[in-house]
Amino acid sequence: MHPVVKLVAQRLVLSTLLLLAASVLIFAGTTILPGDVAQSILGQSATPESLANLREELGMNDPAVTRYFNWLFAALQGDLGTALTNGRDIAESVGQRLSNTLFLAFWAAIISVPLAILLGLVAVRYKDRWPDKLISAVTLASISIPEFLIGYLLMFFLAVQLGWFPSIAMINDDMGLLQKLQSIALPVMVLTLVVLAHMMRMTRAAILNVMQSAYVETAELKGLSGFQVIYRHAFPNAIAPIVNVVMINLAYLVVGVVVIEVVFVYPGMGQYLVDHVSKRDVPVVQACGLIFAAVYIFLNMIADIVSILANPRLRHPK
Amino acid sequence: MNDQLDYLSGRVTAGKMTRREFMGKAAALGVSAAVASTMFAKAAKAADPVKGGTFRQGIQGGESTNTQDPALYASDVPIAGGFHWGETLVEVDNKGQLNGLVAESWEGSDDAKTWRFKIRQGIEFSNGKSVTAEDVKRTIERHTNEDSKSGALGIVQGIESMKVDGDVIELSLESGNADMPYLIADYHLIIQPDGGFDNPNAAIGTGAYVLESDEPGVRMQFVRNPNYWALDKYAHYDESEILVLNDATARTAALQSGQVDAISRVEPKIAQLLARAPNVTVNNVSGRGHYVFIAHVDTAPFDSNELRLALKYAINREEMVDKILRGYGGLGNDIPVNAAYPLFDDTIPQRAHDLEKAKEHYAKSGHDGSPIILRTADGAFPGAVDAAALFQQSAQAAGIPLEIKREPNDGYWSEVWNVQPFCASYWSGRPVQDQMYTTAYLSTADWNDTRWKRPEFDELMISARAETDEAKRKEIYSKMGRMLNEEGGLICPMFNDFIDAVSTSVQGYEGDPNGELMYWKAPKKTWKTA
Repeated sequence: MHPVVKLVAQRLVLSTLLLLAASVLIFAGTTILPGDVAQSILGQSATPESLANLREELGMNDPAVTRYFNWLFAALQGDLGTALTNGRDIAESVGQRLSNTLFLAFWAAIISVPLAILLGLVAVRYKDRWPDKLISAVTLASISIPEFLIGYLLMFFLAVQLGWFPSIAMINDDMGLLQKLQSIALPVMVLTLVVLAHMMRMTRAAILNVMQSAYVETAELKGLSGFQVIYRHAFPNAIAPIVNVVMINLAYLVVGVVVIEVVFVYPGMGQYLVDHVSKRDVPVVQACGLIFAAVYIFLNMIADIVSILANPRLRHPK
Repeated sequence: MNDQLDYLSGRVTAGKMTRREFMGKAAALGVSAAVASTMFAKAAKAADPVKGGTFRQGIQGGESTNTQDPALYASDVPIAGGFHWGETLVEVDNKGQLNGLVAESWEGSDDAKTWRFKIRQGIEFSNGKSVTAEDVKRTIERHTNEDSKSGALGIVQGIESMKVDGDVIELSLESGNADMPYLIADYHLIIQPDGGFDNPNAAIGTGAYVLESDEPGVRMQFVRNPNYWALDKYAHYDESEILVLNDATARTAALQSGQVDAISRVEPKIAQLLARAPNVTVNNVSGRGHYVFIAHVDTAPFDSNELRLALKYAINREEMVDKILRGYGGLGNDIPVNAAYPLFDDTIPQRAHDLEKAKEHYAKSGHDGSPIILRTADGAFPGAVDAAALFQQSAQAAGIPLEIKREPNDGYWSEVWNVQPFCASYWSGRPVQDQMYTTAYLSTADWNDTRWKRPEFDELMISARAETDEAKRKEIYSKMGRMLNEEGGLICPMFNDFIDAVSTSVQGYEGDPNGELMYWKAPKKTWKTA
């Protein structure tokens, strides 16, 4: 077997095992959550009778191991169960929220990833001169400000004062693509500012590292222009660390944007998960946990595979 | 001069100025009587409701776990939604009067044990079915049901039997209760076809609007109910929308940028700033909600009334209204009711901040000087942690060793409130005194969070229920209030105002002590100028 195929297959199997392990952790974690679903659903208005009635109705008396395997097999068949709190089908509600989250993450990524890499390349080209310093200063400043504050600032100036964009990014199926894009403009801007610095700095560092190599010097001696050296010779060899950082940031855009969702009232997964955690709606928490874990593991697997494929020593073994 | 005239016209339109006042002020500006008279007519006409448009509210308190089942309503967004599509038998209006909704009229027997509600003639549910007395009976049955999860269980438990007699539903109570019509106005008791037994989430009722789409925790959309029974008076908007805006900054930004027409829960600290924004009116209404510190009167050291009195004198109520509510509220008097309740006795003396008396009572209590633990959390009420710190400082000035223990919000209502002997909490109030006392001060109440168990208090409460002479009832409630004020475990420093904000284009707004945004009836009762 070709070693690359073997390595990729290895990654796939490892990722699947990791996901399985994550599912055990998620299940165990949600089982030992303190508090009680029935109490949380009824809140302050719970009476002992209504509590007892609800607890029985939810069937919370089976042993944990049985419940784990029932849950796992159902989940494998795409059946995530129904939410305890409102009786809705989880797969359906999560599907809507997940597609919203992916929509936001997609547009944030489309803008931030190329922008970060481009800025990284520019920074390398003008290393230690003013463009490099300006780019680093701006992106590092924006990553250092808490994201909700950037959100509020943009909201105040661009939505309340200038009225260019809506302050709440509520999207729904009745809206056309352009309307949706206008709606999510502010959160996309904030997310871009938040993830830019990390990717830009890594691109800069990785390429600078390669720039020390002898073959880059050769390329320069051949008379290639600065950008051509970076683009044709340095960048392909720096791709592995860059892809890793890009994937981590993409994963963050999917699973870590709950603050932005709250600030801009965006109907994504984060808010959905938080609502259900506070109500102890265990099946929903488990489903969201599983999806988040899958996204994380999948993106990291992609990063690994791209690194393998980008490495000529692995592609052309002796 | 034009600006001033415009301003005056605006006051007329808003219903805040009479014709006489307007004519007088216009004359002072040099406008002839004939012109002024025409202007008044024009301005007053603008006060007539205008039909059409979309009303959008940004409301705090909605989760993706919400349902449309009225029995499970526990936060603001579902309640506001329920009042779009559904109605109760009667409602308590903003002056404390009862209005018939699904019920056209009602009467109680002399002993207040039997109540007859006559169903309004010819009204229909939004699915086209006529409303019958049977539907009302089934609705109450669903909330009384043994396996009911209803928040109104406590209210309907007292109903012994129900009888349908043509278009009249007759409720027989275990013991007399003169407040029955007030209790039946509870937001859980929205009348549903067949009581909602087949599908409690159907959102079918007799309300002014019909639910069109529902994304829990995100938004609800409604359109006017074409068959609503009071279309001539209410339901002025073509469409109404609720957006769930749980973040305070998101709410104010949405109102300022015109994405919504009204918002709930304006934080006291920004109310004055927001009022300065153009096109926004901030309203505050004193309500029945109160922020409290509660001590279990059966647990040491709080079993000593001297110690309770020491704490009551040590707390600085004015400072709390000032600093925690920023002036948007009233002083509490260690009684769970205030002037917003019918039959309230306002001659009960207000307890003042008195460190000398606090020291005196503390000395008499013989407390050993060990720390008195007060539990609090951010979620206990807005500003609860700060309020506890203020309490601690003023208590220390009286030599009382109060110590704060901060608890997580998560699980506060299950692990701390009604479990620990001394903690911060809040009550949102009830429409009548009896209901407030029944919920939390009756010996057998589940939510007796001060462990106040006095047979003589219970007897007074029961006797007040069946008392149909209002003067006598008021006297009984006064006695109960004084008992709690002197001996209760409730330390109530303040009653909080409701603060909401609406766009200036919204007309017909009237504050309602029952709740925010006209107790969620703004979509039904307001309209927008073009």
